[in-house]
Amino acid sequence: MSKVWRYGDHVDTDVIIPARYLNIADFEELAEHAMEDIDLSFAPNVQKNDIIVAGRNFGCGSSREHAPMVLKVKGVKCIIADSFARIFYRNAINIGLPALEIGKEVEKIEAGDELEVNLTKGEIKIVNKGIVINTKPLPEFVQKIADCGGLINYVKGEN
Amino acid sequence: MGMTMTEKILAKHSGRDSVSAGDLLVSQLDLILANDITGPPAIDEFEKIGRPVFDKDKIALVPDHFSPCKDIKSAEMCKRLRDFAREHEITNYFEVGRMGIEHALLPDAGLIAPGEVIIGADSHTCTYGALNALATGVGQTDVGAAMASGTTWFKVPAAIKVELKGKLPKYVKGKDIILTIIGMIGVDGARYQSLEFCGEGISELAMSDRFTICNMAIEAGAKNGIFPVDEKTLDFLKGRVTREFTAVSADADAVYDREITIELDKLVPVVAYPHLPENVHPVSESTGIIIDQAVIGSCTNGRLEDLAQAAEVLKGHKVHPHVRCIIIPATQEIYQQAMKLGYIDTFIEAGVAVSTPTCGPCLGGYMGILAHGERAVSTTNRNFRGRMGHVDSEVYLASPYVAAASAVMGRIASPEEVIK
Ligand code: SF4
Repeated sequence: MSKVWRYGDHVDTDVIIPARYLNIADFEELAEHAMEDIDLSFAPNVQKNDIIVAGRNFGCGSSREHAPMVLKVKGVKCIIADSFARIFYRNAINIGLPALEIGKEVEKIEAGDELEVNLTKGEIKIVNKGIVINTKPLPEFVQKIADCGGLINYVKGEN
Repeated sequence: MGMTMTEKILAKHSGRDSVSAGDLLVSQLDLILANDITGPPAIDEFEKIGRPVFDKDKIALVPDHFSPCKDIKSAEMCKRLRDFAREHEITNYFEVGRMGIEHALLPDAGLIAPGEVIIGADSHTCTYGALNALATGVGQTDVGAAMASGTTWFKVPAAIKVELKGKLPKYVKGKDIILTIIGMIGVDGARYQSLEFCGEGISELAMSDRFTICNMAIEAGAKNGIFPVDEKTLDFLKGRVTREFTAVSADADAVYDREITIELDKLVPVVAYPHLPENVHPVSESTGIIIDQAVIGSCTNGRLEDLAQAAEVLKGHKVHPHVRCIIIPATQEIYQQAMKLGYIDTFIEAGVAVSTPTCGPCLGGYMGILAHGERAVSTTNRNFRGRMGHVDSEVYLASPYVAAASAVMGRIASPEEVIK
């Protein structure tokens, strides 16, 4: 079971990981600052397998891969949003952090809800409400990258 | 079926006769970019692949964000970039003293030509669309992989046609055009799409305006922005690009998701209020907003024309006693030209701090960080919470004309209030 961290629209990469910390090369150390500009309680309290649920355009702004990376390092299982900004989405796929784009259905999920997410089936169960949301499977090409465990292994395999 | 400019470039680079929106393809790349923040992790990814770089002439590495290095941590990151450049004999590594902000530097250095495909581990890579290239920001893993393979995957974006009509009023610039568009369509209004500019109004725009407009395509969520080639483009390329290139234009029957018309005559100088670039208001309704700092520079508005506009306003005036005004020419070449043209003297006489090229304050790195509750007018491209410093500080985005006028008045101001 996963706990939900619920955020609104247009959560940008400057709040996911503020640029002032980007001189920190160590991802574990950097991840201590994840989300701190909108939610000081996130970094100290997030647990492995928790899920971030947000509104429109999650991850807009800079191309910094540090943004999905710090969430992954913090143990976030996946991110569910109405929609994602394109570079963030691309980065999340490339590093193997699942990003599910589910449109307005996202409004059914609230802070404090408990989710069961089956990534292979694309099924999101809101356990405490007895609601099931079915999502589109990943595009085939993207699935291939995911199956290889990310883009780097995919390119390695091309040799 | 006809193709857009973006589709034509992607078709050519993926060896197909035609492509359409939604197609997934693998494209050849003409240039790959990384900086001092994204370069080191891209290099880590590249090294996992265990192959040599695909072409040492087609990689550009620019230490510009925290450089000249602001602290030991950033020095270590720049060292990683420099060592890699030396080891792999990367031709286009730009050291401090010869560097500039990447998106101003690469076009000026002749590294971008019409019809080319460029990816960069920096979201404002889309700037180069001004030169009829397909340029887009990606992540550092993409760049690490591409440095080995010389290719990357793309989904062909759907397109929005933006037609520019009429003539630009005085004191209205590229920044006002793109902010107005973002205000209209919102920060996700062009998400996953390409902004394809067309119309006779384009001839009104200097190259600097077109760079500013494409630079902020990402602030509307777009994958890229792209202009057709005209006389001004060819003038810009002359003496910079010697290799052959093929410019593209959109087919008359190209398919667009949406069409927008911008009547240039009706535009006014605008500012984007915190904390989103879509919060756009006319300057005339914003003159009660007191400021602490004005920043003129960045990949959005640090070009010679931008400095000329700032100088036009600041000439014979003083920066307001309660304001710190910081002007950062985007490249060494621009800095030198600004000096020859007397702009730097004008700035210093007005009480401006002028700096060597760097991103610095734009991303809240250094060189002009805001304290709690402080407010800046800035010619940069993002006004997200905490972007220029303390999480309770505020950034208002505007053109160089407006930022310079605001520096003199100590509040948001239009250039007409200062230039009499
Ligand atoms: S000037 Fe600002 S927006 Fe441009 S590349 Fe540098 S940090 Fe990014």
